[in-house]
Amino acid sequence: MKKTGAEILCESLIKEGVEVIFGFPGGVVLPFYDTLPKYPQLRHILVRHEQGAAHAADGYARVAGKPGVCLATSGPGATNLVTGIANACLDSSPVIAITGQVARAFIGKDAFQEVDITGITLPITKHNYSVRKASDIARVVKESFFIARTGRPGPVLIDIPRDVFTESAEAHYPDKVNLPSYKPVLYGHPTQIKRAAELINGAKKPLIVAGRGVIISEAYQEVRELAEKAQIPVVTTLLGIGCFPETHVLSYGMIGMHGMAYANTAVDQADVLIAIGMRFDDRATGRVSSFAPRASIIHIDIDPAEIGKNVRVDVPIVGDAKNVLQALNKQISSSDHVDWLRELDEYRKCHPSMDIRETDKLLPQYVIRQIFEATQGEARIVTGVGQHQMWSAQHFYYIKPNSLISSGGLGTMGFELPASMGVKVACPNETVWCIAGDGGFQMTLHELATIACEKIAVKIAIINNGFLGMVRQWQELFYGKRYVATPLYGPDFVKLADAYGIAGMRVTDKKQVSAAIHKAMAHDGPFVIDFRVEPEENVFPMVPPGASIVECIEMPKPEAVDTRR
Amino acid sequence: MNGPYHTLVALVEDRPGVLNRVSSVLRRRDFNIESIAVGRTDQPELSRMTIVVNAESANVEQVRKQLSKLIDVVKIFDITEESKVERELALIKVKTTPATRGEIIHIVNIFRANIVDVAPDSMIVEVTGDEDKISSLLALLQGFGIKEMARTGRIAITRGGTGPLIIDEEPKVIRQVRKPPVPESPANW
Repeated sequence: MKKTGAEILCESLIKEGVEVIFGFPGGVVLPFYDTLPKYPQLRHILVRHEQGAAHAADGYARVAGKPGVCLATSGPGATNLVTGIANACLDSSPVIAITGQVARAFIGKDAFQEVDITGITLPITKHNYSVRKASDIARVVKESFFIARTGRPGPVLIDIPRDVFTESAEAHYPDKVNLPSYKPVLYGHPTQIKRAAELINGAKKPLIVAGRGVIISEAYQEVRELAEKAQIPVVTTLLGIGCFPETHVLSYGMIGMHGMAYANTAVDQADVLIAIGMRFDDRATGRVSSFAPRASIIHIDIDPAEIGKNVRVDVPIVGDAKNVLQALNKQISSSDHVDWLRELDEYRKCHPSMDIRETDKLLPQYVIRQIFEATQGEARIVTGVGQHQMWSAQHFYYIKPNSLISSGGLGTMGFELPASMGVKVACPNETVWCIAGDGGFQMTLHELATIACEKIAVKIAIINNGFLGMVRQWQELFYGKRYVATPLYGPDFVKLADAYGIAGMRVTDKKQVSAAIHKAMAHDGPFVIDFRVEPEENVFPMVPPGASIVECIEMPKPEAVDTRR
Repeated sequence: MNGPYHTLVALVEDRPGVLNRVSSVLRRRDFNIESIAVGRTDQPELSRMTIVVNAESANVEQVRKQLSKLIDVVKIFDITEESKVERELALIKVKTTPATRGEIIHIVNIFRANIVDVAPDSMIVEVTGDEDKISSLLALLQGFGIKEMARTGRIAITRGGTGPLIIDEEPKVIRQVRKPPVPESPANW
């Protein structure tokens, strides 16, 4: 039976289990939008900027366990997706970006709203397609979803010309994909696993460093089993937060540039490092030449290209974290490392990293901690990028799996609001807190309209210090406090929320914080809280650029004790 | 003979833009490439690419792994250590005078190269061979003055009946004769 390309696309998306599309219409996608009402199973959420659609699809994908779909028109619509696609690429998030394109006869002729989006997104997509026949659409959609969600997930772009939407073709959805060149290795090599087990069993100071791969693979049980069976302390990268309960006795926090001092020390002192689903990003490693100098490194990752890319690896294991750990755990003997854990506990006592100093001022760290107290960890926290992101990683205790959604690899300001929208749409019955900085919030605040209109009840906490905080911190520490282009004029966020029909309130006093948070959570619908926090607060610990991760600058202590090493 | 140069051979899907995808990865990852040559194979859907990388300026293993990630790249191997045949073709337009023409022809014959064009003041020499042969001939002809030249870039095939990229007698089957270091994973998406 013959159908139009637009109909085939809708039916293919439904076959792939798509329930939501975040999109923005335009000339060349009009045929698609005209067809959409025939398929009420597909909910379309109209955003206010395509970047919002891309980030929403990304946030959706991270918590829904299936690809998120965003759709834009050609030309500027497609280019507005680029930041979101790059973000999804660096954080390994399965996003399907569908862009319209000018009619086939006009391609390559600088037509109206024409842009070579497949060329532009080559380096930032896992794969992309330029569809030239309506009969290809079904196969392309099936392959795209397969590529996006298997192996190391990533964004896939499908570019469809206008006249392909209207062309008729036989609608036949394939059962299988035929991609002879794409065969991710899912099960680790037995010899490598055996070597790893031997190393771990003989280690005096083993350490697990867990990254986002554990979350993607849902290997929570397996990591916990490994840690508990052999009494191995666990640290995580920023994006690995939420893979191991932070209240667990073996949890030693986050490593990296703003990680806890004791976590970075653990990496430095370890003799066997078990890296699972992390890629030794420069934010996590600090100066690579002095990273984990005493450790043999076991690297478990599904992407073979990551192994050996940044650091030398002693036991590489290519495979899915869950599968590899299941096989590995069978060979791990029960043991304990009392002395090693005691050493770390001692260090943690002397270098707390997580203390919030006593003061009457409204500290951003205090706000984050109060959000934890109010939710008791039963929430998804979506952050933007900057100081507030680091405080959110440090001062909230992540107990629930996959409860932190943040832009790590690309560090995209403005990620917070649209992504929290996507997260809430995927988890409508959960509390979703969007923790925003006043800088990043102003980049994508237009999505307040989407939230209000679609009744997406995210709770928004704006950590408002009137600065581009992280940049200001660098200027203070490394550029002689010359604040160039960092003082930030912003609107009255409460009035702004009200203009969008969203409830809100301002908090200027420490005593109002808890009440405001509870009010927001009790409110039925989205809520904005403008927290006017201490303007020149810094994130500590901090590893200066180019330094080793143990050379961190810690929070200045009130007593005159020099604890810096 | 190879020095720091590694020869990578890739089988890629013959689709529009595949060369662009490969060169895009090479550029994006900042890998310096000596040469890249691509052409069809006897199988209609597959093309074969030969990439020469200078190991001193690029991590060859990373080049191979990053290209392997491309959906269009079916197989890619580093055949530097294999016993192989490598060839390149060069067309060299060399300046000639009545006095030098004889000597040039003599040199061309020694190298078993061909003269494919003769003009009053120049001739085009066609030479096929490995890197050393072409460099040597070039060095000699440089003395006479080279007006123009074009090189194809290296292509290579492993010697004998075995090799990682043998294409089976039955059509549409690519069989790896050498056992891969990692066992096949069950398709368990």
